Amino acid sequence: MGLYLLCFILFLVGLYGVIAKKNLVKIIIGLGIMSYAVNLFFILIGYRHDAVYPILEKGRHAARMVDPLPQALILTSIVVELAVTALLVALAVRIYEKYKTFDITKIRRLKG
Amino acid sequence: MIIPCFVVVPLAASFCIILFARKSNNGAMTLSVLAGTALFFMSLLSFVLVAENGGPLSYATGGWKIPWTIGFVLDYLSSFILISINTVAVAALWYSIRYITRYTDAWKYYALFMLMLGGMNGFTVTGDIFNLFVFMEISLLAAYALVAFGCEAEELEAAFKYTVMGSISSTLVLLAIGLIYASTSTLNMAHIAQNLPLVHKPLLLFVYGLLFVGFGFKAALVPFHAWLPDAHPAAPAPISAMLSGVLIKTLGVYALIRFFYHVVPAPENVLNIFSVLGAASILIGVFMAKLQFDIKRLLAFHSVSQIGYIILGLGLGTPLGLLGAVFHLLNHGLFKSLLFLNAGSIEYGLGTRDLREMGGLNREMKSTAVSSMIASLSISGIPPFNGFFSKLILILAAVQAKQPIYALAAAAGSVLTLASFLKVQRYAFYGEPAASRKSEKIPFSMNLAMLFLAGLCILSVVLMIPGIKEQVLDKVVDNILNRQDYLEIIAGG
Repeated sequence: MGLYLLCFILFLVGLYGVIAKKNLVKIIIGLGIMSYAVNLFFILIGYRHDAVYPILEKGRHAARMVDPLPQALILTSIVVELAVTALLVALAVRIYEKYKTFDITKIRRLKG
Repeated sequence: MIIPCFVVVPLAASFCIILFARKSNNGAMTLSVLAGTALFFMSLLSFVLVAENGGPLSYATGGWKIPWTIGFVLDYLSSFILISINTVAVAALWYSIRYITRYTDAWKYYALFMLMLGGMNGFTVTGDIFNLFVFMEISLLAAYALVAFGCEAEELEAAFKYTVMGSISSTLVLLAIGLIYASTSTLNMAHIAQNLPLVHKPLLLFVYGLLFVGFGFKAALVPFHAWLPDAHPAAPAPISAMLSGVLIKTLGVYALIRFFYHVVPAPENVLNIFSVLGAASILIGVFMAKLQFDIKRLLAFHSVSQIGYIILGLGLGTPLGLLGAVFHLLNHGLFKSLLFLNAGSIEYGLGTRDLREMGGLNREMKSTAVSSMIASLSISGIPPFNGFFSKLILILAAVQAKQPIYALAAAAGSVLTLASFLKVQRYAFYGEPAASRKSEKIPFSMNLAMLFLAGLCILSVVLMIPGIKEQVLDKVVDNILNRQDYLEIIAGG
């Protein structure tokens, strides 16, 4: 339970970074922390105490195994996050070229 | 099998464009227009196939049995949404043929467009909760990039805002998926629904909250709508039409229906939150829209308002309310995408989006003026057009459910919408031309796309004729309300 709580706190740290920080790069890092927390949460779901890795080899009996499915899901979600982060960084670079700043309080041509 | 083709065709088109039609704008255009037209007819065919089968069709990937593999499901609801998506997509693609020549690297635009279409179609047909997340991210990634396609300062700013908001809500959805998997040990949506009694009650409330906020962001419900009025106007016009017309409904409204009516059925008090936020969206969206002079921004605020009607219908939860909601979903897809295409041709012809710099356009842009008049009357709910019927049903449903306040909010929203579109008509199409404006001729393919949608705005009224209504709309409503059918057929393989 304590581990899940720590994982949730990590999620909130990321959310704080996205909401409270003024710098585009720090916002991107905040989003990264949020996704790491969720990935960690998935790994915790699959974890079993005193279990073995989920591969059936010659001479090994089927024993208590770690759930392999969340690990497979996380590989997919990491790829998705990589793509989103790459896009965000590319946008941040182009925004810097146009506005000459990373400060979101100065990037305000849209309003309403 | 037709079901996997909805995903395979657009994704294959997108990859073929990137692999073979690199730097060839005409090749990319031909390929994607062909794929879009094929998808349009396939989506119509899919509804007939479901009706012939008399219930949901399913497809298991990789030859495994369904609860252990990713299953695709085609029922009346997903088929209806597919028709809505692919109709708007085909019009947007025809429109793009000439419109997008204003931008450089049109082949990238078509590749992203097909990727977004593939993501949305996959999102609609999938029966696996994690697969749903992946398709959602595919379509959103393409949408983020398309919003920034023009690479002007405002567009980049809007795209950054959209990407950050979209990622937060996707992360919340992923967290909800993790919690659901942890407590039901399955990812198949029908299987989850069967195992639901095992779930701890407080945990289920947390899951409701996460799913509601996550998909509420995608649907741009009122407390979560801040990204929409920036992101939708910034995109090229056909993409605005796709985003406002179908993306918010597929990723937001369809997901809310699927989750809160089938997978994790919502109790009464959760549905009440739907109604309250729906009514708030109607009023706040339309008030904000009245203040705008940028035509695309005005239309984007109207999207917030119109989504409110659909969510209000879902929240009422009665058969009549759902009938109004699904009919309004189709209608809003048609007239809002048409209005965005109109705004795009005004921008194409005049080079401005400010209403105060237009005027007298009904003499120069006949097709635009006519189709925009039809769309404006439809969105404001004037009798012979489709918007009138769906709004009338929603208001009647609210009265029938003994919720006169919601009926009043819906009626007031409709009157204010009319006022706001009278302003658009007066500034843009009537009156004297602004002093310093010049205009260009609108190409034939753009007019064709607009008149096609305008025709559909009038034609979709036939769905209300008794006899046809029972065959189409009532089937979709039954599909939403009969949770048991969905569970049995999919879990049975």
